[in-house]
Amino acid sequence: MNNVNFLKPNKENLNLYLVLGALFFTLGIVDFCLNNFYKTNITGFLPGFISFFTPLIFGLIGLHLIRIEFSGIKLLDELNKNINTNNFNAALSVSIIILIIFGVAPLLNWFILDATFVGDSKEACTGGGACWVYIKTWFNRFMYGMYPNAEQWRVNATFIIVLGLMAAGYFFPLRYKKYLTFYYVIFLPIISFLLIYYLISGGEFGLEWVETGAWGGLSLTFIVSFFSLIFCFPIGMMLALGRRSDLAVVKYSSLSFIEFWRGVPLITVLFMSAVMFPMFLPDGTYVDKLIRVIVAITLFEAAYTAEVIRGGLQALPRGQYDAAKSLGMGYWRLHLLVILPQALKLVIPGIANTFLALVKDTPLIFVVGLLELVGMLNLAKTNPKWLGFSMEGYVFAGIIFWIICYSMSKYSQKLELKFKTDR
Amino acid sequence: MKFKKILPQFLTLLFIVLIFGFFTMNAQENMDTRGIQFGFGFLKQEASFDIQFSLIDYDGSRSYARAYLVGLLNTLLVSVIGIILSTILGVIIGVARLSPNYLINKTASFYVEFFRNVPLLLQIFFWYFAALRALPMPEDAPLIFGSSYMTIKGLYTIAPVWNNFDVFFGALIIAMIIIFFFNKFAKRKQEEEGKQYPKFLISLGIFIIIPALTFIVGGVDLSWSFPELKQLAKTSFTFEGGLGIPPELIALTLALTLYTATFIAENVRAGIQGIGKGQKEAAASIGLTPSQVLKLVVMPQALRIIIPPTTNQYLNLTKNSSLAAAIAYPDLVLVFAGTAMMQTGRAIEIVGITMATYLTISLSISAFMNWYNKRIAIQEK
Repeated sequence: MNNVNFLKPNKENLNLYLVLGALFFTLGIVDFCLNNFYKTNITGFLPGFISFFTPLIFGLIGLHLIRIEFSGIKLLDELNKNINTNNFNAALSVSIIILIIFGVAPLLNWFILDATFVGDSKEACTGGGACWVYIKTWFNRFMYGMYPNAEQWRVNATFIIVLGLMAAGYFFPLRYKKYLTFYYVIFLPIISFLLIYYLISGGEFGLEWVETGAWGGLSLTFIVSFFSLIFCFPIGMMLALGRRSDLAVVKYSSLSFIEFWRGVPLITVLFMSAVMFPMFLPDGTYVDKLIRVIVAITLFEAAYTAEVIRGGLQALPRGQYDAAKSLGMGYWRLHLLVILPQALKLVIPGIANTFLALVKDTPLIFVVGLLELVGMLNLAKTNPKWLGFSMEGYVFAGIIFWIICYSMSKYSQKLELKFKTDR
Repeated sequence: MKFKKILPQFLTLLFIVLIFGFFTMNAQENMDTRGIQFGFGFLKQEASFDIQFSLIDYDGSRSYARAYLVGLLNTLLVSVIGIILSTILGVIIGVARLSPNYLINKTASFYVEFFRNVPLLLQIFFWYFAALRALPMPEDAPLIFGSSYMTIKGLYTIAPVWNNFDVFFGALIIAMIIIFFFNKFAKRKQEEEGKQYPKFLISLGIFIIIPALTFIVGGVDLSWSFPELKQLAKTSFTFEGGLGIPPELIALTLALTLYTATFIAENVRAGIQGIGKGQKEAAASIGLTPSQVLKLVVMPQALRIIIPPTTNQYLNLTKNSSLAAAIAYPDLVLVFAGTAMMQTGRAIEIVGITMATYLTISLSISAFMNWYNKRIAIQEK
């Protein structure tokens, strides 16, 4: 045992420092847990103020003791490099660990340990945790809205067919690849519309007619997002090209269109489609609520898409235009074959963000009385048999939306990498 | 060649004129059949509805124009609070995401990934209907920090009571003007003679001393009013005095802040990462201290990257504040496009005014930002 200096831990007494450090650190965590979850204060003999900070102090001492450079133990070196470079960093690390324990434990309790999973009525929920029975009972409503239970296979069938058609593009043989754009931009929307019109809406071929007011839940979220996504992209592209046009009328009309939609909140646009739009139509004509909503969201998001695409167009060097022109290409050939393929590649993250914003904006359609997932939650919450479970509902919807949006953003990152070309 | 340029323009114009013509004609006809006259005269009529939360004097006997103003101010209030808080939180999270500390880094990215991928409306509902509803009733609420109560009816906290507030406010403005000129003077001195003043300390001193003087000579007086529990009926309690912040405002601010901060954090991170390593190394090699490197080299350049997208986020926050209508916070949309429209039935005028208001706010902020961007842009040769 040669000189042990606790202020400057070194490699010579490695094991002593490690044991002491681990001991102090564990002591800090144990103290915190006992304090928080079992209401026993093992450091109660200290004055209140110090006793409050003991977990932090113990943790800090522990981390200080194991901060040994080039210890030769790989794990320890990694640990020191990542969370324990100096005292300040160590303090932050300890606070975060404590915070995580503080937050995760009750959450875990609420989510799983104290939660009720079995049963079919409110009375089954006696524990202090979440009542997932509520979600189970209302699951059909959250997915399909007021769509009649017996007819829900129609919604499922439509979604499966559309998903299949979307995936089919992926397996196109190579020689038909050039028709892929046509397939996605024109063929798929038409087929999906026909499917939704005849299968979900019904009224023909012996299928019962279901009015759009009864559609709802997550399936409505998908329908609205799907059509808005498909339509807002080409419109946005036209607007972006229009804004960069040499023709004054085209340029300024695109510009004012874009600035108008970008300047107003979506909720007022939906208000407009609900109360103002009918005034602008000839007396007696009626456009379905759902179509009005889809048109409103499409135009709104198209303006944002246009600005994103414009960014990509501006980022291309002039030489690309000049080179294409010198080959004798006209306006459309130049843009479709040379400029847009490169520009769109550049703006994948921006477009993905716009699409994500669109999906996250769909709950707003409650303004016109259409109830998608969030709207259905608010309706279920007021049901006198099931009062007091709003938390479970919102957490459930939050998780679903999170999965959708997170996977979309991950997918866009993958696409971005795939299409990345060096210049 | 010329024909090729004129034809598309002509077609666009024709298309626009036709659509607008069709819409106005129908609107005219529809209004005629319903006997509505287009006009803004209704703004002067008595509104005869109450608004729960208002920054200016308002009651049902005031005009629709006044109700509009109340709504507008409430929208601006929540936007300004949201912008300030989300900037602070966003900068902290953005810097945390760059931290070499694994735990901090991961916690920050978890926060960003979580809150940006859940719809804002859902977050507002969550805070308002689920989280804030779990708070205690006024009579059971514990005292926090010796001054405030968090209850199901909102946050009650201390409020300042000023005497001669205008004198104090004037002093603040004078102090700011003096600081502005002092900084100009100090900068000139430094450029001409190389002499440095402790700018920040002197500015802070001016900022504290001049307003503080008004307490002695200006007759300014400040006291605090505390919220006190008061019994209305046998089981109904409320707080009197102090400052009451309604739960709608708290939920809306919380959701807007947490949501927008994720985007600002990403902007901050991208901005700081956008500065080349060479810049920092060059600055260090001429002998600047780490804090000077940050202040004089990294931040001025990073801000150029950060500010434009962050302004966009501020605009988004302002527009998103219109979601207030969903939890009945009396903002512009709820008061004007909601209640006022139901009462008057003037859809075209009211939706038009509401949209024009948001459009004005957006366009003026983006005009200001364009000007600012031009000013700070690098002058390349």
